[in-house]
Amino acid sequence: MAQNASYGLLKSSIGKKVFMALTGLFLCLFLVGHLAGNLQLFIPGEAGQIQFNKYAEFMTTNPAVKILSYVTYFSILFHVFDGLALTLKNRKARPQRYHYKKDSANSIWSSRNMGVLGTVILVFIVLHMSNFWFKMHFGDIGVDAEGRKDLYTVVAASFEQLWYVAIYAISMVAIGFHLWHGFASGFQSLGVNHSAYNPIIQGFGKVFSVVVPLGFAIIPIYMYLT
Amino acid sequence: MSVLNSNIPKGPLAEKWQNHKNSIRLVNPANKRNLDVIVVGTGLAGASAAASLGEMGYNVKAFCFQDSPRRAHSIAAQGGINAAKNYRNDGDSVYRLFYDTIKGGDYRSREANVHRLAEVSVNIIDQCVAQGVPFAREYGGLLDNRSFGGVQVSRTFYAKGQTGQQLLLGAYSALSRQVAAGQVKLYSRHEMMNLVMVDGKARGIIARNLVTGEIERHSAHAVLLCTGGYGNVFYLSTNAMGSNVTATWKAHKKGAFFGNPCFTQIHPTCIPVSGDYQSKLTLMSESLRNDGRIWVPKAKDDKRKPVDIPEEERDYYLERRYPAFGNLVPRDVASRAAKERCDAGYGVGQSKMAVYLDYASAIERYGKAEANKQRLPNADKATILKLGKQVVAAKYGNLFEMYEKITGDNPYETPMRIYPAVHYTMGGLWVDYNLMSNLDGLFVLGEANFSDHGANRLGASALMQGLADGYFVVPYTLGNYLADDIRTGPISTEAPEFEQAEKEVTDTMDRLMSIKGDKTVDYFHKALGKIMWDKCGMARNEQGLKEAISEIKALREAFWKEVRVPGDKNEFNPELEKACRVADFLELGELMCYDALNRNESCGGHFREEYQTEEGEALRDDENYTYVAAWEYKESGEPVLHKETLEFENVKPTTRSYK
Amino acid sequence: MSQNTMNLKLKIWRQKGASTPGKMVDYTLNGVNPEMSFLEMMDVLNQQLIEAGEEPVAFDHDCREGICGMCSMFINGRAHGPMTGTTTCQLHMRHFKDGDTITIEPWRSAAFPVIKDLSVDRSSFDRIIQAGGYVSVNTGAAPDANAIPIPKEDADSAFDAATCIGCGACVATCKNASAMLFVSAKVSQLALLPQGAPERQERALRMVEQMDKEGFGNCTNTGACEVECPKGISIENIARMNREFLRASLVKKKKKAGMAAS
Repeated sequence: MAQNASYGLLKSSIGKKVFMALTGLFLCLFLVGHLAGNLQLFIPGEAGQIQFNKYAEFMTTNPAVKILSYVTYFSILFHVFDGLALTLKNRKARPQRYHYKKDSANSIWSSRNMGVLGTVILVFIVLHMSNFWFKMHFGDIGVDAEGRKDLYTVVAASFEQLWYVAIYAISMVAIGFHLWHGFASGFQSLGVNHSAYNPIIQGFGKVFSVVVPLGFAIIPIYMYLT
Repeated sequence: MSVLNSNIPKGPLAEKWQNHKNSIRLVNPANKRNLDVIVVGTGLAGASAAASLGEMGYNVKAFCFQDSPRRAHSIAAQGGINAAKNYRNDGDSVYRLFYDTIKGGDYRSREANVHRLAEVSVNIIDQCVAQGVPFAREYGGLLDNRSFGGVQVSRTFYAKGQTGQQLLLGAYSALSRQVAAGQVKLYSRHEMMNLVMVDGKARGIIARNLVTGEIERHSAHAVLLCTGGYGNVFYLSTNAMGSNVTATWKAHKKGAFFGNPCFTQIHPTCIPVSGDYQSKLTLMSESLRNDGRIWVPKAKDDKRKPVDIPEEERDYYLERRYPAFGNLVPRDVASRAAKERCDAGYGVGQSKMAVYLDYASAIERYGKAEANKQRLPNADKATILKLGKQVVAAKYGNLFEMYEKITGDNPYETPMRIYPAVHYTMGGLWVDYNLMSNLDGLFVLGEANFSDHGANRLGASALMQGLADGYFVVPYTLGNYLADDIRTGPISTEAPEFEQAEKEVTDTMDRLMSIKGDKTVDYFHKALGKIMWDKCGMARNEQGLKEAISEIKALREAFWKEVRVPGDKNEFNPELEKACRVADFLELGELMCYDALNRNESCGGHFREEYQTEEGEALRDDENYTYVAAWEYKESGEPVLHKETLEFENVKPTTRSYK
Repeated sequence: MSQNTMNLKLKIWRQKGASTPGKMVDYTLNGVNPEMSFLEMMDVLNQQLIEAGEEPVAFDHDCREGICGMCSMFINGRAHGPMTGTTTCQLHMRHFKDGDTITIEPWRSAAFPVIKDLSVDRSSFDRIIQAGGYVSVNTGAAPDANAIPIPKEDADSAFDAATCIGCGACVATCKNASAMLFVSAKVSQLALLPQGAPERQERALRMVEQMDKEGFGNCTNTGACEVECPKGISIENIARMNREFLRASLVKKKKKAGMAAS
């Protein structure tokens, strides 16, 4: 029966990968939305501050966005725990390791280090959320000229510190590598593999994995410099 | 007249099998559940038999020495499988397949068996397609065919150069299904070490678990040996390293007659030997002779590169000698012709023991056809060659790759060097029409029996025979035999016969382990192979055979004094496995020489130098040798010959001519 | 035949049995002919070991023509050694240089326990096939072979998947010791052919379930298996199996007694 089958799906190796792909690809969409919002930080002066805070308020209060945000939290958590379960099983699958294994001959580095990259990203997410998300939701932050919570100033203050900017930039590199393999891999896990479309998926995945993290990374650098 | 009864059914040839099936006894499904069958070997014959018998409801135990039934050496068959489907509308028929096979075997096989083989050939293709075997197809979606040596129709079904693999995996999947259903119990990495006879009937085997070294007793109501051929007696052959004669040889020592042991097939197109470290020879499929042309330089000791030798200075000796069949003469003829040229000093390559198999003209021919197809009437030479190479790659790509891997030469650019090598053994345990040996309850299938190929097997017929025996013959004939056993009940492994058979095995192994000499098993195997190849190989003569017999005797004595088997018998010990097998080869080799010596004629793969025409063709002696030589083992002294006279009621033996 | 022979240093995994720990042991082998196959080089080593009264190295091999799938060595960090599209038995010494050090290890996977030295137990592959890698057709029940035309492209794709030799190089090379390429090759072959269609859902479910049960790891889509597969089997098959499995999981009705057993 249907629920029986999907329960089996989650238990199976392929099912776990399917959920990994679904959550991962959803998070790719989230990245696009998040980046679009962040780009408002490029608006100079007070107009930018007002615009960004308006946006932040919208993002924290709109019911549709709220639902989406819960899906995002869930996706992140699921992606993490599913990935952990996969990794544990993978470790058990080869208890005695090779003395010499030349992985570079047959696969790219990022594809073999998704767990490490993912861990770096997770640490970043915790840091990032505690700094902005937590402050926005529960923190005691000032208000701007129009009386909205002034997240903009929090952001601007953070990005005045070089080490903070550096952490962001490095984390974006990790995300880039994670996506470099993960984007196309998600399609493969979902069974989307066709000689006519593979180049498009792979090409798009590579562009995506460079452009999106770059976009994220440029903002703190830009803010630090200005 | 003799102890041999072939049990050929009465009636017209074409009706014998049907009549037999209509009249033989059956075992009802409830009784099948109480009958145990042992199948040794999981190649095409063994896997198909075990699967079919399991489906029917028998309790089957299947044994193989490999780590999985899928690795049996049937997997290496390249070219194809014959069937009288006549999908080409080129005049093929069951009779023609029968006739070609009888003629190809140089009139030394049984008419009734061969006709049955041709009849069931069509069912095999149906069965394999239904299992999901991906045969080559044409654009219309129907099955494709190609032609093979010794015939003038296209009746060979194929799956690139991996037909054996695909057929075996089909049979393996059917077997796996029965394993899952609990009808077949699988014993991988188990080797049959002895046959157990109880009250004159084959009732079990002694097997060694190759992983633990444990000796096990297995009982059954009938034993099927599907253990392949014994070509490895020559050390170098196209057989797998593990292919051996032990199962059939142990049965022979328990009384089963060995039929025509000297009938060995030397395959004309193999990659030549490159050094004395060589462990095996690799076949290049006979299908390559469809399009490739075989030649040697007209001048002796021509040192030029083959591509630099102009057309008029090449001797396409097969086309010259056999204009009707050209490069597609049967294997024995092609092999001898290659040997003749090399012996005469025209051989090529470093060793001078090779001839060229050339694809240049095929590449050009296909290239032109392809250019026409693609509407490129003015294609230049380079384009034509490129297109031609693509066509050839599609047909034979994997074979060409294999050649390049082994030799380092690119066969698209330079002719391949090939030389004959031991490939198949037509001889095997003697069986009657029901595939039962002269021992009650001991059935022998596939290459392990002697029955269908006479003195020479045609290409693409081994796969046909293996599957015919397993899928469509033994499921009927075994029932006929087991009908007597429905009240017997389980066979106890506690019987003294089991104890005795087990003791023989442990004694032999203990003796081998205790010698602790200074020579390896391979040393003796190589020495035996050299004797066999030199004196009982492609050409034989009385003097050489007599020498070989005494040399083998001496070698056997030395083996039992000087061999060193390392390790322990109660563990995974590949050297001990080899030693047990070589011990049997050392006895078989001698029998092969006796048989070759006895047969004072040349026929098929058996070429006695004393008996040849002025043109160097085989000279049969139908008056005195139209019989199967079935040898009985004697503990001491020479083997005893029994003859089964071959009756030709439908085909008149004539001198085989492929001119 | 006095080509330049080579002197080699070999580092080989020696392990007495499944339950005893193993270790890498160094050997020196001189006078290796470049025309030898890798296994012939191992033969020469073993002959020398036996003559010296030592235990030869146990390794699996049979056909020595690249088709039985029995040979299985992890050579210099790669399954079946440095050449692509090549089994160990088809690997020739001309691809190595005088003075090279060659490390040789068994396939390493929880689902392929070591039997001895370089020999491993791959019966888990057999059990996966037994779980559903077949078409349920009894002998004698087949319609005429040409009754169902099959488009050439489908037949060719099925053939490409069916060329799997079951050697386990995919598992050996995968960073997770996953068997997805092996399993997907069989699932694909039968899913592409009309003969396999009636059971395709049940087959995908059962074979994947057995694969998981055997203790193989998961697929990370690194693509390493495809590179190291001696038969060049494509990971397109893995995607196909993912589709088959997903569809079967979502729409398959509750399992009855299982695939027709007899």
